[in-house]
Amino acid sequence: MSDGLIVESLESFYGDFQALHGVSLALKPGQVLALIGANGAGKSTLLKSICGLVTPRRGTVHWRGQDITGMPGSATVARGIALVPEGRRLFKSLSVEENLILGGQVARTGPWSLKTIYDLFPILSEKRHQPATSLSGGQQQMVAIGRGLMSNPDLILLDELSLGLAPIVIKDIYAQLPRITGSGMSAILVEQDVTRALAAADHFLCLIEGRVSLAGYPADHSRDAISAAYFGT
Amino acid sequence: MDLLNTILQGILVGGLYALFAAGLSLIFGVMRLVNIAHGDLIVLAAYVAMVVVQYTGLHPLLSLIIVVPLMALFGYALQRIILNRTLGVDLLPPLLVSFGLSVILQNGLLETFTADSRKLNAGALETASFQPIPGISIGILPLLMFATAIAVIATLQYLFYRTALGRAFRATSDDPEIAELMGLDRRKVYAWAMALSLAVVAIAGVFLAVRSNFDPFMGPGRLIFGFEAVIIGGLGNLWGTLAGGVILGVAQGLGAEIDPGWQILAGHVAFILILAIKPRGLFPRMDG
Repeated sequence: MSDGLIVESLESFYGDFQALHGVSLALKPGQVLALIGANGAGKSTLLKSICGLVTPRRGTVHWRGQDITGMPGSATVARGIALVPEGRRLFKSLSVEENLILGGQVARTGPWSLKTIYDLFPILSEKRHQPATSLSGGQQQMVAIGRGLMSNPDLILLDELSLGLAPIVIKDIYAQLPRITGSGMSAILVEQDVTRALAAADHFLCLIEGRVSLAGYPADHSRDAISAAYFGT
Repeated sequence: MDLLNTILQGILVGGLYALFAAGLSLIFGVMRLVNIAHGDLIVLAAYVAMVVVQYTGLHPLLSLIIVVPLMALFGYALQRIILNRTLGVDLLPPLLVSFGLSVILQNGLLETFTADSRKLNAGALETASFQPIPGISIGILPLLMFATAIAVIATLQYLFYRTALGRAFRATSDDPEIAELMGLDRRKVYAWAMALSLAVVAIAGVFLAVRSNFDPFMGPGRLIFGFEAVIIGGLGNLWGTLAGGVILGVAQGLGAEIDPGWQILAGHVAFILILAIKPRGLFPRMDG
């Protein structure tokens, strides 16, 4: 119980708007959770509440037995939680390599370094001295993933990896996912594309308007049941 | 030959304006804070130097080894204790606080040092000059000022683009939220930026005190020169800031040549003209 991520009855707000209404989930080490749901369901808010970019008003987040609810992002990353944010949000005045180096700022030990990131995405090695935002969308996403990995996290939160990317590029990036999560790292995968998300994950959680509408193993639920939970019909 | 001389002196004075501007530019670049108290901090540094010189008997320029660390420490504390509390999405609170700080500094200096104007005596250095060609005379002090400006800007440039601290500055400026997720504590990064800014302010303050008289109320004027140099050069471009300072200095020199009363005005007119033709400055940074 104490070695994974446990989220209990989490409630987060943007001003007066309540984005999460008591969301709970549990994730064991090495597992991949697909977080699905329509736009505005609260997926990104849930990720941000876990890594400390949003401070939840009620509920708790426990990570490896420690209460990390409301810790700032600089503290959660030091404890091994990395976010690959929606829309990539690379540092535009930094080169590719500088973005990656900054990701490794917390200097946790582990398999990921500039060298292993360049092995994973060789194209980044070629373009390492270019401004990060001069790359194509897919390459920028690789930088964002690499930047997240550089902190050698035990849990990586991947928010909308495929947003705005060509299908062929998405396929390439997803092909590398097992290499990333294979090392015992847990992951939460937020994705609009349900089929792709379910294929990549061990289990899933579906949100509607800040509430869990369905959770479990993909094999245990019919496509229709998942789709009903997604659209709230 | 007179014209050439005027332009040359203007260029050298531009170095001082670039020194006024560099710290201002740095703070705006890293944390989007328009530091209204910047000019008063320069004057504060001048008074700090005066006290240091009085107590130690050091040459004013040598007093920098004490004044620079003192001002940097003051900047770090100022940011951590006061300015960091005002940070948020809204840019107005920190600006208002820096305005309040400006008023406090002026009146604090007035209470402590009276309204008498002061000057630091740099001895023979003040009048020393040489003639590279007949008819052209270059003062050692203005030349030293200009060389210092170049050295300061080159150092800042190096710091910004070649060191881990600079990387942290740029990342926090780009996206403070994500920078936080890289383990960078924004409040500390900002405090370092303010410390660095006030280290430059210390240099500017000492040169100001050696070059001319100063009193507690001349801060806002230095702030305007600094602002104009930053805007003429283009926001976020340090070498542009030096160019901005030079343009300002030359314009003032030429104005004074026509009529002494036109000196300051000519600088402002040059600023307005450039702003009207190139609203983003002469050398804007190439990112939207």
